[in-house]
Amino acid sequence: MFPEEVLEHVFSFLNSHTDRNTASLVCKSWYEMERWCRKRVFIGNCYAVNPRVVIRRFPEVKSVELKGKPHFADFNLVPEGWGGYVYPWIVEIARAYPWLEEIRLKRMVVTDECLEIVAKSFRNFRVLVLESCEGFSTDGLAAVAANCRNLRVLDLRECEVEELSGHWLSHFPDSFTSLESLNMACLGSEVSFSALERLVARSPNLKTLRLNRTVPIEKLSTLLQRAPQLVDFGTGAYSAEIRQDVYSRLADAFSRSKNLKSLSGFWDVTPAYLPAIYSVCSQLTSLNLSYAATRSPDLTKIVSQCYNLQRLVVLDYIEDTGLNTVSMSCKDLRELVVFPSDPFVGEVDVLLTEQGLVSVSQGCSKLQSVLYFCHQMSNSALISISKNRPNLTCFRLCIIEPRVPDYVTHEPLDVGFGSIVENCKQLTRLSMSGLLTDRVFEYIGTHAKNLDMLSIAFAGDSDLGLHHVLSGCDSLRKLEIRDCPFGDKALLANASKLEKMRSLWMSSCLVSFGACKLLGQKMPGLNVEVIDERENVNSLPEYVPVEKVYIYRTVSGQRFDTPDFVRIMGKDKDDLYNLS
Amino acid sequence: MATEGLGLEMTELRLGLPGGGGGEKKEKKRVLLDILGGDDGGGGKNRNTGVAVGWPPVCSYRKRAIIKMYVKVSMDGAPFLRKIDINGFKGYSDFIRALENLFGLGDECEYTPIYEDKDGDWMLVGDVPWEMFTETCKRLRMKKRV
Repeated sequence: MFPEEVLEHVFSFLNSHTDRNTASLVCKSWYEMERWCRKRVFIGNCYAVNPRVVIRRFPEVKSVELKGKPHFADFNLVPEGWGGYVYPWIVEIARAYPWLEEIRLKRMVVTDECLEIVAKSFRNFRVLVLESCEGFSTDGLAAVAANCRNLRVLDLRECEVEELSGHWLSHFPDSFTSLESLNMACLGSEVSFSALERLVARSPNLKTLRLNRTVPIEKLSTLLQRAPQLVDFGTGAYSAEIRQDVYSRLADAFSRSKNLKSLSGFWDVTPAYLPAIYSVCSQLTSLNLSYAATRSPDLTKIVSQCYNLQRLVVLDYIEDTGLNTVSMSCKDLRELVVFPSDPFVGEVDVLLTEQGLVSVSQGCSKLQSVLYFCHQMSNSALISISKNRPNLTCFRLCIIEPRVPDYVTHEPLDVGFGSIVENCKQLTRLSMSGLLTDRVFEYIGTHAKNLDMLSIAFAGDSDLGLHHVLSGCDSLRKLEIRDCPFGDKALLANASKLEKMRSLWMSSCLVSFGACKLLGQKMPGLNVEVIDERENVNSLPEYVPVEKVYIYRTVSGQRFDTPDFVRIMGKDKDDLYNLS
Repeated sequence: MATEGLGLEMTELRLGLPGGGGGEKKEKKRVLLDILGGDDGGGGKNRNTGVAVGWPPVCSYRKRAIIKMYVKVSMDGAPFLRKIDINGFKGYSDFIRALENLFGLGDECEYTPIYEDKDGDWMLVGDVPWEMFTETCKRLRMKKRV
């Protein structure tokens, strides 16, 4: 038996949550030892556990990370008011962890009151990351700015913020010099530029600065000059009438930014200003031009100089020709994201096809992660991609029109995606689209043994499809399905699998009220939430399919903050007595 | 014009936010639907248009940021049309306010906003979720209340 100090020292090398969880299961003394020295807690579903239970088990936590709404909330499939309120957590952790340093929240409802509590409760608070959160205003930000003396990171990623004023930034006191990272890209209101400039000037450790759209291009050089140590820079609106003096100052400032590795922003681009960044292209490991409505030639000129690029996020304006250049120039590329410039328009005037992706898969040997929107795909392209890049870990393909077959053979894309899962043995995340039958799910169940997250839409023929996935994918933790003909049989037959997963989302499928109720009754470790906004929902017969169902494992029982369109099935006393 | 004789006047529509007075709104919706014939079958799919909510999966933050969806807006009695980017708003309240500003309308509420969807049908603004509206609206009209 090791003495405690030795164990504690050994555990300090365990950084991943899974490793820590595994270590805690070895024996009682390891469990005890581990829980006292765990500093970071990650809760993937805020409703899976009660905050008090977490606090009781881990008394010395310095960092809390929580996720709320399911992923499909990003696409408006989760109605407003569903839940994901962080307030109960904030109240408990404010009481229990006065020395908490970090809070990271994703898809949660955060109010100004929450931010005020955070601002006033933690004396050594350092990191606030809010991703895809909503419910707060710039007043809440002002409270954080005014009170968190040791703040290092304020990172607002794609949040919905009520913009009362841009004055919040001016609440950082003059004595505040610890800022390392500021991401305000999602805010719409204008901040005082002089306050911003002074903040940047007195923050010697500032490494990340992502501005919002209102900071004009003329002011960028001033900020870059104030922070030559910047590693990650996000511009504001990158447009103005072309003026030689503004351009020269900007190009000069970029050329002096020797530490810059990541660029983003670039809203409303005036193409004539793009060459100002050429001097830093070869330094860049990450480039996000996905807000720049700029055409292929300009984009291609940029990427052709980004020899060290590891992550590229662009719009489909890059076209196949641009991606061909990427495949030849960006030999270190690990991640490619191509978003659609105009996803709702029928006619396609952008020359981006499956060929672009195939070229990148050929030329970029380190490519691991793909998110690609396009209008056509073929099985042969998918097979090529899988053979070129067996090291893929994340493959998300969105063919914009639902149920579109292989454009060459007019067959379903089963074989293509089958090839992906068969050849890419380390695949942990997959999103599929196009015409797909139950056959693709058979391939997935057979081969995708490391798959952690699967997203399915407008696919499959019958319950067999769902059954293949639930019974075959050993590592599956998150499954989200929309508009597929999957129903009760597969779900009920694989009920025990659901307790081994974080969550299952099914909307516009064929799962009935009765099946949801039965599942809720039989599986006490699951919350089966039926989300249904129909006015007559209470009078619908049990065999009718629900609009949406969200099933997740939990040790804290049902939640009590549900709106009227959410019903947690099978937990009522009446339901329990009516077990069939 | 498809809306003539649909009896819109009996539903007492205003240039205001939908949803004010819940029961009342449901009554109006049922009347309109009765007139148009049938319901939309639920399931998050806009009937007959083949448009599904939240597809393709582009998050709303990105949609607002990059996609400009300028549609024409006509107003009964105005000599020329205007254009408005329906994707520049977070929801109906911002949008209605912008429409009011576009035509210099105050609180008189003499006009009903209606829109032509992808089927060519004229619909009352405000019935469907905001995101669905932005995806299906082709043009707008400020119809004067009779």
